[in-house]
Amino acid sequence: MTSIGTGYDLSASTYSPDGRIFQVEYANKAVENSGTAIGLRVKDGVVLAVEKLVHSKLLVPGVNRRIQTVDRHIGLATAGLLADGRHLANRARDEAASFRDQYRQPPPLKQIADRLGLYVQAYTLYSSVRPFGISTILGAVDKTGPALYVVEPSGVFHGYHGAAVGKGRQLAKTELEKLKLSELTTREAVKEAARIIYLVHEDAKEKEFELEMSWVGDETNGIHLPVPKDLQTAAEQAAKAALETFE
Amino acid sequence: MFRNTYDSDNTVFSPQGRLHQVEYALEAVKQGSAAVGLRSKTHSVLLALKRSTGELASYQQKMFRIDDHVGIAIAGLTSDARVLSNFMRQQAMSSKMVFNRPVPVNRLVSAIADKAQVNTQEYGRRPYGVGFLVIGQDTTGPHLYEFSPSGNSYEYYAMSIGARSQSAKTYLEKHYQSFEDASVEDLIRHGLHALRETLQQDKELTTNNTSIGLVGPASVHEKAVPPTGSFRILEGEAIQPFLDSMIAKEGPAAAQAGVPPATAATTVQPAEAAAGAAGDEDVQMTG
Amino acid sequence: MDHFPTNWGRPRNDAYDPYGTYPIAHRPNNGPKDAFADAVQRTQQPIVTGTSVLAIKYKDGIMMAADNLASYGSLARFKDIQRLQPVGAHTVIGAGGDMSDFQYIQLMLDELIIDEFSAQDGHTLGPAEVHEYLAQVMYARRSKMNPLWNSILVGGVKDGKRFLAYVDLLGTTYSASTLATGYGAYIAQPLLRTAVEGKEDILTEEEAYKILEQSMRVLYYRDARTIDKYQVATVTEKGVYISESRRLDTNWSFAEGIRGYGAQTQ
Repeated sequence: MTSIGTGYDLSASTYSPDGRIFQVEYANKAVENSGTAIGLRVKDGVVLAVEKLVHSKLLVPGVNRRIQTVDRHIGLATAGLLADGRHLANRARDEAASFRDQYRQPPPLKQIADRLGLYVQAYTLYSSVRPFGISTILGAVDKTGPALYVVEPSGVFHGYHGAAVGKGRQLAKTELEKLKLSELTTREAVKEAARIIYLVHEDAKEKEFELEMSWVGDETNGIHLPVPKDLQTAAEQAAKAALETFE
Repeated sequence: MFRNTYDSDNTVFSPQGRLHQVEYALEAVKQGSAAVGLRSKTHSVLLALKRSTGELASYQQKMFRIDDHVGIAIAGLTSDARVLSNFMRQQAMSSKMVFNRPVPVNRLVSAIADKAQVNTQEYGRRPYGVGFLVIGQDTTGPHLYEFSPSGNSYEYYAMSIGARSQSAKTYLEKHYQSFEDASVEDLIRHGLHALRETLQQDKELTTNNTSIGLVGPASVHEKAVPPTGSFRILEGEAIQPFLDSMIAKEGPAAAQAGVPPATAATTVQPAEAAAGAAGDEDVQMTG
Repeated sequence: MDHFPTNWGRPRNDAYDPYGTYPIAHRPNNGPKDAFADAVQRTQQPIVTGTSVLAIKYKDGIMMAADNLASYGSLARFKDIQRLQPVGAHTVIGAGGDMSDFQYIQLMLDELIIDEFSAQDGHTLGPAEVHEYLAQVMYARRSKMNPLWNSILVGGVKDGKRFLAYVDLLGTTYSASTLATGYGAYIAQPLLRTAVEGKEDILTEEEAYKILEQSMRVLYYRDARTIDKYQVATVTEKGVYISESRRLDTNWSFAEGIRGYGAQTQ
């Protein structure tokens, strides 16, 4: 980042002499400062998990959610500025409703990811706005089967088998790559997701965190829902146990 | 003129991915006098410290009723608060009109949070300069939320905002586990104790400078509260019994301990800090 | 002389701002109006229609019935149309009147339920809220002289409370323990009242079903816009259940004995 302070990094509408848009890169920094979010696309569904950093013990546990629901079958997890995540989720809901209105069917996730990509990209074009300070994981089961996409602050989006964004994404990706994702069931994936989030949190051990998980697939009749309490508890216990053997 | 290159505009990320204008807006909240909120299984309460510009002036308004079941306490720019509370009232009325349902409290808070987010992303605006504590009751029980200019909102067991609110927070963190099963009288007493922590030296809570807002069934010191326990603000003589219930702090030395230095001097320039300290009594725009 | 170019080439109206004294922003439009502005015609009648919907309260909740016919005038045009629709987990609606308007209402409510679902905050819409919403929509539309041509029953159970109410194309609402729309309001409503009123907390599911079945049979005999295929919706604390289509047992042997009507000579 040698161009810091040269004035080429003050607006999304300015290129640096070597063709970079610094404001978008800085937006990625906002993502890196946030708790990790992961998504697993498996045989019969998708699991989303978030490492929710708890900034105060006065917070009511379990209610300040970071995974949101876009449509009956679509879930969305963000890493980065929380308020930006809510903004984008609202936009995603509007897009899903608009698709339903036009085509009279549930939107395929690719369509939603595509439209959100365009929306996010528009915020990288003008000096009058700043880019979104979030990376967004979208998960769903649609007519093509389980689907998982990530939308970056630049507006770029890709499909994934396993995705990780936020502070611990490198370690999380390494762990995801070890899994045979296309052979797992969602039930197994919940366990793996919990284990990975607990593992990546090791680097910020001193901070409290809460694990938040949701899933969509055959287990939920294609509806995006929070993972049931008993399964979540079991997954967390297994994750803690795995952590001890890991060390 | 500016502290750094990246803080003149809310549409600019710093190289660290921070939004300085938003962070400064959070400082505006700390310029206002403190407000404290607590929640039990049956009640949510708000307590706030009112400032007056002088002997001949009235005390400022720190609490606003939104609907029968929702009320707020503010810290920061009062004018911004009035705009936002107007919006909340509209949302509440709309829910009543369209669904004949009192608006769920969390949705009301999310609605203003979403509104505030836009002001952190678009040019030509500034983030709101006010923070809220929102209490309310709905079909899921009593609630307490914090709203802040960053566009974030959280639900808490107890929370404080405004000048020297960290001292109140320290008190709340020490006692919050007992709040869930506390009676409304105990809850208010805890709230007053927490609010007391935010006072300047030689000041005390009086019937003039304290507001209490609550939802839930009537306390023993209240009369003519509807059975639904709708939101009400207690002021003046009505709060005397609650002030009387407070337990005196042990000596001035103990009062000093645990109170951190005045309003975030780390982020305010020396000249402003002086003005800020003086302004504790007479800043017009801040609540 | 009118010095404002925006007014040049337009007929002058001396009755209104003849000297062009208004600032441009408040310029009266002296030009021709939309040629069709006073010739708009909105819905005058329903086209493809459903007939009666019946509903009653009983011990465990509410029960609603409607046949599967959508008529085109007097033609029995579509014979497998479902006129009962669940809305969320606690509510069912049944509609008579224009079926395309009903389909529009279904889409509207589906969007509403998705919005409510995506909030994921433990708050759901019950029958009372759905009814209030529908009433607001219906009244707003009729006030624009552009009604949704339906009469709708909304029923359900939430938080241990039964709810049953009516709303129609005028935005009129009312609530009772037995309700019927369309022809059923004349033929079936008295039967339902006799069978149900005062017994709302006693009637079992079987008894409630019997009452509706008998009323549907009477309607099938007397209403020329029915068929003998119908569905029954039950809403209890457990949720909404809509039955498969059922047939009415009917007996037409009495027709032989009718004299003085039709083709017979004696």
